[in-house]
Amino acid sequence: MKRESIGLKAVSLAAMLFLYGPIVVLVLYSFNAAHLSMAWSGATLKWYATLLYDGALLAATANSLFVAVVSTIVATGLGGLLALGMERMPHRRQQTIEGGLVLPLVIPEVMMGIALMLFFVMLKMPLGLTTVILGHIVFNIPLVTIMLRARLRKLDPALGEAAADLGAGSWQIFRYVTLPLLRPAIWGAVLVAFTVSLDDFLVTFFTAGPGATTLPLKVYSMIKSGVTPEINALSALLLGISMACVGLSLHLQRREV
Amino acid sequence: MGLFFLVPLGLVFAISFASRGTYGGVVWELTSANYLDLLHPLYGKILGQSLWYATITTVICFALGFPLAYVIARSPARWQPIFLLLVMLPFWTNFLVRTYAWMILLRHDGLINRSLMALGIVDSPLDLLYRPTAVVIGLVYGYLPFMVLPLYVAVERLDPLLVDAAWDLYASRWAVFTRVVLPLTKPGIIGGCILVFIPSIGSFITPDLLGGARSMMIGNLIQHEYLVVRDWPLGSAVSFVLMAIVMAAVLLYYKTASRSDGRLEAR
Repeated sequence: MKRESIGLKAVSLAAMLFLYGPIVVLVLYSFNAAHLSMAWSGATLKWYATLLYDGALLAATANSLFVAVVSTIVATGLGGLLALGMERMPHRRQQTIEGGLVLPLVIPEVMMGIALMLFFVMLKMPLGLTTVILGHIVFNIPLVTIMLRARLRKLDPALGEAAADLGAGSWQIFRYVTLPLLRPAIWGAVLVAFTVSLDDFLVTFFTAGPGATTLPLKVYSMIKSGVTPEINALSALLLGISMACVGLSLHLQRREV
Repeated sequence: MGLFFLVPLGLVFAISFASRGTYGGVVWELTSANYLDLLHPLYGKILGQSLWYATITTVICFALGFPLAYVIARSPARWQPIFLLLVMLPFWTNFLVRTYAWMILLRHDGLINRSLMALGIVDSPLDLLYRPTAVVIGLVYGYLPFMVLPLYVAVERLDPLLVDAAWDLYASRWAVFTRVVLPLTKPGIIGGCILVFIPSIGSFITPDLLGGARSMMIGNLIQHEYLVVRDWPLGSAVSFVLMAIVMAAVLLYYKTASRSDGRLEAR
């Protein structure tokens, strides 16, 4: 170890710089006063201020929040029920369902997007916020279920048995034993689902119709039409929000394991 | 859930065997013409290009990720979770935004060109953006964390005494790496490579924003066939070729993961 460590540390440092350099540059330049150039000409907050007056952007933000809130609530409910239900199934069936849950996470998102779009078109459902929300529920359920299952497996079965010995019914066991123990994991899953939904571009891209622009769709069209300081500011804000969500989620999952 | 996931996939599969109507849309006539069309050199080129970009991405991720994973796994125990979190944090931020950050760096008037010119290394700005190189940089940037995690697990389980023993026996640096470290961390390496390869081959945003018309990947072809050409059957056939590649990689992953007592985890 001692002998190779300097070279290894140098590459590691380079890798970390590579990971954080672009993010830092992006955030720094969101405060740059120059309009079109990358030359530094003083710090300003005016690009953040212009964001506040961009009506289309605010509407897209409202759409994004709406989609994220609804899809998170529904996916947490359904995903949670699935996780609890799976506990009572025979091992073989659990494994089959688990395989099915991993599938949506590994298949390319483009494919997920077109598959959902085709499905909605064939059902003659008009593409709009409803289809976007349904799409987000589809990819959020497996995330929630997998995260909750990880926690359920760590629970001591003796706790439930003790409650049963003391005369608790199955609802009481769930309500007073399982649920409180699961609570941090549930909040963790909620935050992850919320973040993933808020950040999703591809599934939204294919399942959204006119008038259903979410924040990532708006960011995409802004990027496509050219690099501007407003996008820098918006991007920096989005980075901050996702990092805060992840930080909070990790904090909740770590607690009382 | 099953309804909203498996049915749509089945639909794509069915459409990949149908024909295209005169004005787009789908005509339900059974045909394998869509798959045969994919043999056309143009599609073959995009397919080959995608495989090539994904492969280079995987190799570069390994070259960067292995030292990083090694250093993290050998750092003091209380620092390890913090380092791992630092590696994973960018992954949880918006992918569009992270890709956009590279547009700022790579464009004509970008920071890299400005620095190179200020230092007098080049006289005129280099064409960095909208090139295959930009696509590969973006992919490496996006998926490096997927490489580090399984490698970390593998290195963490590697007994440092074995490495020390090899040094004591006067093994060369190269021999220590190829004869001791590499074989013992092989499951993690395969796992990491597959976890990087899968999203790389199926990527859309990175080649769309950082690549030009000539560095298209499969994901862009699917989107193009669906939304621009409106040839749904052909687009579906392309997506099933992509799906087949991904599934092969997933199966390989599970095979190696189960052989190494399944401690590798996808997320």
